[in-house]
Amino acid sequence: MTQPLLELRGVDKSFGAVQVLHGVDFKVYPGQVTALVGDNGAGKSTLVKTIAGIYRAESGEFFFDGKPVAIHGPKDAGALGIEVVYQDLALCDNLDIVQNMFLGRESVSNGVLLDELTMEERARSTLASLSVRTVKSVRQSVSSLSGGQRQTVAIAKAVLWNSRVVLLDEPTAALGVAQTRQVLDLVRRLADQGLGVVLISHNMNDVLEVSDRITALYLGRVAADLATSETKHSQIVELITAGRSGDIGISAATANQSA
Amino acid sequence: MATENPPSTSVDESRSLPASDFTADTASATLADSFRAYIDRLRGGDMGALPAVLGLVVLFIVFSSLRPETFTSNLNIANLLVQASAISVLAMGLVPVLLLGEIDLSAGVTGGMAAGFTAVAIDRNGQSWPLAVLIGLAVGALVGLVIGLLVAKLGIPSFVVTLAFFLGLQGITLKLIGLGGTIPVRDEVLRAITIKSMPVLVGWIVVIGLLATYGGLLFWRQRRLAAKNLQRQPDALLALKFGGLCVVLLGMTAFLSQNRSRVPSFVIEGIPYAVFLVGALLIFWTTVFGRTPYGRHIYAIGGNAEAARRAGISVHRLKVSAFMICSSMAAISGIISASYTGKVSPGSGAGNVLLYAVGAAVIGGTSLFGGKGLIRDAVIGGLVIATIDNGLGLLNQAAYINYIITGSVLLLAASVDAISRRRRSATGT
Repeated sequence: MTQPLLELRGVDKSFGAVQVLHGVDFKVYPGQVTALVGDNGAGKSTLVKTIAGIYRAESGEFFFDGKPVAIHGPKDAGALGIEVVYQDLALCDNLDIVQNMFLGRESVSNGVLLDELTMEERARSTLASLSVRTVKSVRQSVSSLSGGQRQTVAIAKAVLWNSRVVLLDEPTAALGVAQTRQVLDLVRRLADQGLGVVLISHNMNDVLEVSDRITALYLGRVAADLATSETKHSQIVELITAGRSGDIGISAATANQSA
Repeated sequence: MATENPPSTSVDESRSLPASDFTADTASATLADSFRAYIDRLRGGDMGALPAVLGLVVLFIVFSSLRPETFTSNLNIANLLVQASAISVLAMGLVPVLLLGEIDLSAGVTGGMAAGFTAVAIDRNGQSWPLAVLIGLAVGALVGLVIGLLVAKLGIPSFVVTLAFFLGLQGITLKLIGLGGTIPVRDEVLRAITIKSMPVLVGWIVVIGLLATYGGLLFWRQRRLAAKNLQRQPDALLALKFGGLCVVLLGMTAFLSQNRSRVPSFVIEGIPYAVFLVGALLIFWTTVFGRTPYGRHIYAIGGNAEAARRAGISVHRLKVSAFMICSSMAAISGIISASYTGKVSPGSGAGNVLLYAVGAAVIGGTSLFGGKGLIRDAVIGGLVIATIDNGLGLLNQAAYINYIITGSVLLLAASVDAISRRRRSATGT
């Protein structure tokens, strides 16, 4: 297997007396979708926020492209090319697609004035490169978009900046069937373009369909890191709910200790 | 085992969803298409400045039929434009604050106090007018800074902070001027803003020069957009809009270039300087809020402050800056008012001044809920309010009627804003 794009080794994180992550090892490979699954409270969001630089791990090592790196804040993560698409998307309804995609990083000409032409062109080519075909106009206000289209814009915003790792927090949670389809296709295309994609999802069908690897968290520990092709639906459910399935997973003793 | 769905094979998707490759952006729309799109926007609750423009037309018809000989005389129209200038400038200043979803109730009295400092500097300390105006602007900016810090850093609702300032600043103005006193504004340059007009020939040159520059910029931009096949208005629509602007501005210039003096021996003609001042501020702030990252970020905060924060925008700093812009513009407005009345009194900027300005901004289409509004809305709304004020004055109605009517107009504008906001969220346009 190729070298992981992003690798975490032995990451611990606690909030006060509560230890949320116990020695988590996590790998993201280029060109692959890594699904991060786990029950509520398993530490998925904490792990994502630690990668994004919002939380700081107490111990553990981060490697990017095989080189050790330190992530002290969201800016460090952004500089490495790590982008997170949060569940609530964080789009401004009163702005259009282009304006949202470039928010906070606008192109400027003559030193002060907005370069709308460049931004519109880049927004369009980014959406086109992701084969987004459901948006009629990039000058549409975001409030007029459907849930799936909004998710698409949020993802396109994340990949606009030559990002290399994209973390998606439950991108299909609030979507209908057709829109889920759109977004899953998009997730797949991101990986096909060589990005490392992390998909957090509660939907096992989505996970099995679109991911290459599955990392299951159980009460802050990695229960298993498996290739999707070698797993079954029931096996993942057992890993999520009990932390072990057959001879894989964490031992009952360890699991109880962290509970 | 991950299933791949190359775009070409996902037929179901293209059937169930409108397939598109930015068709609306690249296809050249016709005039009829644009008109239909505009009607759709109106239906969806995005009225823009339409209510204000319609209101202005109705008001002109009503007042000119009730007072045909006085209301439409060019002396009165010139006077109306000068009256509108102070309201419009204050309303322009309020727009950035309203865009953030905040309010500044103290802007009127800030203007009164700043004008008081300017007048005191000239009248009691013999300073030159540029320095005195700078002092007034600095006072305004300082007030905005303090309000902004209290709102952004301490998190007190702007409604409460500025209500406190509304009272407190009147106290400072009273102390500055003295109970029952007034400070005259006799400086010729400051007085000229509202009582003098630009020479007719110079007025024509400036207006035509501005129109030519603006037309050139529009044409150049349209060609660049067309060259890259980006979204743009149809050429015909653009030409129509620009033609309309030319007709309005050139017509106004021609109208005001006639002698409007009632005394044969004395000639009053040309566009009042105050109108040019409003025009300059309009162009400047429209550029700032429409064409710079700063302006874009203000809109973003009004739309979704959390999204703006995550995008790396310094929300606190921008809030403070918006209040500073508001208070500084209030200072300019206060100086225009002082120029018009020739004095500053403890009541300057109090009373209905602020209400007029908020009304102007909201009637023009600026939302009280934040995130929506244009600088030019404030100017159009300012004209509406000034027309009401001016027309009712000519009708010689009792003062109580004016209060009731102006209050009702503000309420009506706010209702239109609230209803259109509900329609927008319902239709998602």
